[in-house]
Amino acid sequence: MKRERQLKGRRGRWLRHILTAHGLVSYIFLYFPIVVLVVFSFNASRYASAWRGFTLEWYVSLLQDAAIGAALKNSLIVAGGSTVISTVFGTMVALAMERYDFSGKLAFDSLLYLPIIIPDIVMAVMLLIFFVLAHAQLGLVTIIISHVAFNISFVAVVVRARLAYFDLSLEEAAQDLYANEWQTFARVTLPLIMPGILGGALLAFTLSIDDFVITFFTSGPGSSTLPLRIYSMVKLGVTPEINALSSFMLIVSMLLVLLSFVLRKGGEGEIEIV
Amino acid sequence: MKPRSRRDTWRLLVLIAPSLFWLLIFFLVPLVMVLVISFGQRGTYGGIVWDFTLSNYARFFDPLYLRIFGRTAGIALATTVICLVGGYPMAYFIATRPPRWRNTLLLLLMIPFWTNFLIRTYAWLLILRDQGLVNMVWTGAVHNLFLHLATAYPAATLFSSLAGLTSVPLELFGTNGAIIVGLVYAWLPDMVLPCYAAIERLDFSLVEAAQDLYANRVKSFLRVVLPLTMPGLVAGSVLVFIPALGAYVTPDLLGGAKSIMIGNVIYSQFMSARDYPFGSAISFVLMAIMLIATLIYFRLGSD
Repeated sequence: MKRERQLKGRRGRWLRHILTAHGLVSYIFLYFPIVVLVVFSFNASRYASAWRGFTLEWYVSLLQDAAIGAALKNSLIVAGGSTVISTVFGTMVALAMERYDFSGKLAFDSLLYLPIIIPDIVMAVMLLIFFVLAHAQLGLVTIIISHVAFNISFVAVVVRARLAYFDLSLEEAAQDLYANEWQTFARVTLPLIMPGILGGALLAFTLSIDDFVITFFTSGPGSSTLPLRIYSMVKLGVTPEINALSSFMLIVSMLLVLLSFVLRKGGEGEIEIV
Repeated sequence: MKPRSRRDTWRLLVLIAPSLFWLLIFFLVPLVMVLVISFGQRGTYGGIVWDFTLSNYARFFDPLYLRIFGRTAGIALATTVICLVGGYPMAYFIATRPPRWRNTLLLLLMIPFWTNFLIRTYAWLLILRDQGLVNMVWTGAVHNLFLHLATAYPAATLFSSLAGLTSVPLELFGTNGAIIVGLVYAWLPDMVLPCYAAIERLDFSLVEAAQDLYANRVKSFLRVVLPLTMPGLVAGSVLVFIPALGAYVTPDLLGGAKSIMIGNVIYSQFMSARDYPFGSAISFVLMAIMLIATLIYFRLGSD
């Protein structure tokens, strides 16, 4: 069936131009602040907002800042740890949810979706109360636990999207050829859903390294991550180092997101919308 | 499928056990704790007195908090409406591009969405604050332009008054408007994506049929396109309204003392006032609103 998407006639042409112009303006709106931030990070002026020439000074001073080094290390530990745990658990639960029916599945499914839709300030408060009442020492461990609590859900959603297109006859074929269950999983199932798993892992890593609110509530002394460091720098007053650090983080996470989408797309089908 | 054998049952259990454990201990238990504590009372030194009282919920009716809740709802609503008016045509634009363009445009929409929220909000601080980009242009280039015009045409008092107007920075930072701009920026993709999904599925031959039956453009849009894409529109509105209602970072960075939202109140109850029970009560109500909105979303989504 031919789907006619064009607006016809002279007035249609006007509408089309307005629509295009609106689309263009919307995309400029989305990228304008990012461009401003990156441009300012190369601005030689320390105090005035005016342009005083190009410099890499702020990036160099980032490299020499010990507190930022420590924050980067914490960020990598938290993101790395929570990604590994949530990717393993999330993939397992995705397999269970796509392959099996069991009583209480709907309730469990809802529980699995809740961390995605709950406002992050509420989740942050919940976890803070839990850790305080459990007399847990707030620090990297509590941050990782909290990040896993929301990342399992994101990984599960991404892997399930991949599993939904899985051709079960491929597994049957492997078993016809005398592969045992473990061999079938390791040689057939796992490689086929690997793009989904990697995409989910990258998403988890990105969400974890970018998270501010939940980390803010569940961190203790000495466990500042990069977003926490940026936040306290902003609160103390805007300095050009923040622009450099923010631009750097923004570019890195944009690359990660791009990679995550390429992996999840896996060469076929449309972009998955989580 | 149902687990067929005992081995299958075991496999199922092993697969879900870690996530189930994690979500029960670190999500469901904390959730119940918030509910229980919201009926307790603040101790003299900031601890929790276990009790059963509705006083925390009664405090919502204090005019101070009513005003904050009203403002929060207003800001969230304004954000949703602006996202709707801006996002729907944007979704329509994307959906009517050739397929190879569509994926690229969607990707371009998603990339900023998945990057650091704090940093994207901070970028608006650079633009909106008193010495920010907008005011740099306003008190710089625009001001100079009117100064020149005022000296060139001394008779026209309009130019000199405009020059006077542009000599002081615009008060953008710290206003409700600044928060709304930040929120629209943050959540616009949440509106565009479901609208896009609905418009993309739309069978455009129905529009032609309407036009064959002498419906004009406006009528065919209102009677055919809009009703058929309504689920996407509602879904998008819910997806924008919920996070806008629970916003904390945006009002904290872009708002001022006069534009406090619910998120800031929750924060201060936990971090400065140390009134966990009241903070819990607010959190719980926020979550209840979110759950109701989500139920509406799934109801409409399943149609």
